[in-house]
Amino acid sequence: MKFDTPAGTNPIDQLKVIGRPTDRIDGPRKTTGTAPYAYERHDVAPNQAYGYIVGSAVAKGRITSIDTAEAKVAPGVVAVVTTLDYPPLALGKNNIARLFGGADVNHYHQAVALVVAESFEQARAAAALIRVDYARKPGKFDLAREAPTAPLEGGGSGEGSGAPKIDRVGKFEQAFAAAPVTLDQTYTTPDESHAMMEPFATIASWQGDKLTLWTSNQMIKWSKGDVAKTLGIPEENVRLDSPYVGGGFGGKLFVRADAILAALGAKAASRPVKVAMTRPMMANNSTHRPATIQRVRLGATRDGRLTAIAHESTSGNLPDGKPETAVSQTKLMYAGANRMTLMRLATLDLPEGNAMRAPGEAPGLMVLEMAMDELAEKLGMDPVELRVINDTMEDPEKPGRAFSERHLVECLRTGAERFGWNKRNAKPAQVRDGRWLVGMGMAAGFRNNLLMKSAARVGVDAKGVVTVATDMTDIGTGTYTIIAQTAAETMGVPLDKVVVLLGDSSFPASAGSGGQWGANNSTAGVYAACMKLRADAARRLGMDPSTATFADGKVSDGKRSVALSKVAGLSAEDAIEYGDLDKRFQQSTFAAHFVEAAVDAYTGEVRVRRMLAVCDAGRILNPKSARSQVIGAMTMGVGGALTEELAVDTRFGFFVNHDLASYEVPVHADIPHQEVVFLDYPDAKSSPMKAKGVGELGLCGVGAAIANAVYNATGVRVRDYPITLDKHLAKLPPVA
Amino acid sequence: MKAFTYERAKTPAEAAAIVARMPGAKFLAGGTNLLDLMKLQIEAPSHLVDVQDLGLDRIEKAPDGGLRIGALVTNTTLAADERVRRDYGVLTRAIVAGASGQLRNKATTAGNLLQRTRCPYFYDTNQACNKRRPGSGCAAIGGYSRQLGVIGVSKSCIATYPGDMAVALRVLDARVETVNAQGATRTIPIAEFHRLWGDTPHIETALAPGELITAVSLPAPIGGRHLYQKVRDRASYAFALVSVAAVIQPDGSGRVAFGGVAPRPWRVEAAEALLPQGARAVVTRAFAGATTSSENAFKVPLAERTLASVIAQAKG
Repeated sequence: MKFDTPAGTNPIDQLKVIGRPTDRIDGPRKTTGTAPYAYERHDVAPNQAYGYIVGSAVAKGRITSIDTAEAKVAPGVVAVVTTLDYPPLALGKNNIARLFGGADVNHYHQAVALVVAESFEQARAAAALIRVDYARKPGKFDLAREAPTAPLEGGGSGEGSGAPKIDRVGKFEQAFAAAPVTLDQTYTTPDESHAMMEPFATIASWQGDKLTLWTSNQMIKWSKGDVAKTLGIPEENVRLDSPYVGGGFGGKLFVRADAILAALGAKAASRPVKVAMTRPMMANNSTHRPATIQRVRLGATRDGRLTAIAHESTSGNLPDGKPETAVSQTKLMYAGANRMTLMRLATLDLPEGNAMRAPGEAPGLMVLEMAMDELAEKLGMDPVELRVINDTMEDPEKPGRAFSERHLVECLRTGAERFGWNKRNAKPAQVRDGRWLVGMGMAAGFRNNLLMKSAARVGVDAKGVVTVATDMTDIGTGTYTIIAQTAAETMGVPLDKVVVLLGDSSFPASAGSGGQWGANNSTAGVYAACMKLRADAARRLGMDPSTATFADGKVSDGKRSVALSKVAGLSAEDAIEYGDLDKRFQQSTFAAHFVEAAVDAYTGEVRVRRMLAVCDAGRILNPKSARSQVIGAMTMGVGGALTEELAVDTRFGFFVNHDLASYEVPVHADIPHQEVVFLDYPDAKSSPMKAKGVGELGLCGVGAAIANAVYNATGVRVRDYPITLDKHLAKLPPVA
Repeated sequence: MKAFTYERAKTPAEAAAIVARMPGAKFLAGGTNLLDLMKLQIEAPSHLVDVQDLGLDRIEKAPDGGLRIGALVTNTTLAADERVRRDYGVLTRAIVAGASGQLRNKATTAGNLLQRTRCPYFYDTNQACNKRRPGSGCAAIGGYSRQLGVIGVSKSCIATYPGDMAVALRVLDARVETVNAQGATRTIPIAEFHRLWGDTPHIETALAPGELITAVSLPAPIGGRHLYQKVRDRASYAFALVSVAAVIQPDGSGRVAFGGVAPRPWRVEAAEALLPQGARAVVTRAFAGATTSSENAFKVPLAERTLASVIAQAKG
């Protein structure tokens, strides 16, 4: 199905199933332990052995020798493979750091060996017997030190590396110099770890030259290709299966060492091998959200209209890595005639930086929206009003190019009203509740809506059960449920007559789960396949496909009504394919975040008290699962604002706090009352579903709202995330 | 994890004798720390002597009016004990400030005393650590030290004793009762139980090899307001950046110990004598000679502000 003109009225608009807060259809399986995750799939292949990964002890250098003699004879050991046994394996299209092979070490905890044994404990014990000798090389590990000489890097405009390295509209410098009110500040955001619950895990099994990987992955088609490329085998010989994913947050967009080493281990052991990465290896072996140093300059008229906007961001990565695109939202958020954005990219020998939930926007908005708060204070203007007055209904860099839908002002107004924003004291450090300094903060949120081809196959059986198959993944987001709702709505059957099969690379290729594009695109692909099945079914029943209706398990044309099960065996495959609606219109999602935070006047500890997000993200397919996405993202925002930081040892080049005791994500006690409001404006230009994503929007801006609330509470502005107590303690009012 | 053998001892002296006799043997109680460390190969005992059958799981009234707490009394039981809550509130408050409900159900009184540091370099076996591999150096010095010690540390080690319970025991002047392989018992004042690191940071307590803790005893109640305040980045399930245990009397005098700053609960009696003068006087004295890094220097003013908070609560 080609989607190149805005959607008219279609079967989804019936909203009999879509748009309802349906419980997850996979909920019973999750809560009864019958939804197996990759490492738990004991039944898929007999005689599974256990692999344990050995990570490099140095960040940069060359392996001079690996002694496996002791490990090979340790109890239970089946096989040992080392990186020296292989030439450097090819890089997957989506990989920057090499996953295995060769003597070079490019980052800490890079996989250097795998021990395969009869039990996990035996594999782990033998792994500790492997002796690796390294010739260390000096590396660059300190972003602040490399930043001043980091070269400009393009690619932040979404137009590829051919885009100009400095993105300019109008004359920023002149406008900034002439502006009566200006702000010029530098901010930092730290490296962050995805810290998803389920670690990287894969079971690998070879049948001749055919490889099956039961794994945990967000993007099946990409990763199937990258497994084949890395291992140097034909893509058609690789099958991935990932029906349940225990969180990914971008960490599982790409193939990681668990999958490659399971495959190599299974080959060496001549039997299936399962590999899970241990928690202490997760941070340094895989990818992370790169730290940024960001400078924002804003110039405004005295009544608060932005006349000059500049946003610069410096991040680091391994050679050939990409920058954290922290300036991208600044191109689209606010009106203003004179604009400049640029990025610099330093070479660092830390582990690979790559996508983590809302890459670019998450750290970008933590900064831009703090800068807007600072500007509001300079202007003596309410922060909500500053956002409202600078709202734009067209792409500020391309006048005349409208947003498909944009209701940011309504988000802001609705949020302010519901939160009781008018009770905020604009002067900081004025509100006291016992020992607590209390403040309110807000920020706007923004994240783009991305359109990607997505396919599915839909069939019907003799009981009238509709089965959907697509390689789409459910990474905890609720995909099973919204796909079932889509099929139920389109085929006119109740939800319990829909079976959804996901995550198998033998199914039609979907958009996958990433960039909050999964929900809209994958359901649109299912819709396309359903519409094709409807047409085929109508024709088979001798009805006119253009007038046949599908409801209550029946197909009707006004004269006849026939049970859908009469077309048992019929199956249709189709994909949603997009035209240029996303070029002609800027498609984005919007939010307003409001936060009340309290700071212990004695100790400086920050505790969030209330949070509200108002989201404008197209049609909400399932308000319950969408709300779960947003509150999860808000929770991640609390971590990003207040505690999460991969601490870099700049001498040895690694993230030191590489476990969940020392990399502090929020716990239940950190999370207060959270409220989510959806404006629910269908976007006819996004897809036939008229939906957009919410999974990342909920994170976008929330960190700044927390930071601004903390400032409002204390009067101390902390511009380096996370806002830990040591950063404002000395400036808090003295205590007796 | 290295393969190990396992047995359950019948009496405290027998347990002590086995561990004293077998190189590489260790006691196993709740296992909440030891098993984690074994998985990471930081601890690699060849033999575990499980002490859970020794009957050391009772809290009894002592002849001197105090309480005798069996070594195997769980943290949950101890914190919930009515006598503890009434007469030694600082102890209950300290225990519930630590770990999680599940861990406290399993963790024991003696095991809590023996928990090892949470220094991240101790936890990463690729890094130099004098505690893990004596003589290998200390990667934490000059590294990521935000959580690490500021007082009582050495050129060999800047780790902290991470626990909460022991900080409260320190202000209560608890005594640690032990038995050795020969069946001889002794009592170690809590003040002498945890050692400063010096040049031997791998030797963490006053216990001799094979010496088993049988009980922790508390002297008769001393009255006063019992307070424990733990400061951390997140609201729960984190080790203290700084904690303060205090028993403050109506006249403003009292006892105070600090957690999260030193190799042991940090109590300086000459400093706490200054309590009536306020937090600054106490902390200035207690932290005289502190050796901070740029990352953990905040702990000293934080200790002062936290103590100020505790003093304010005592008055309130």
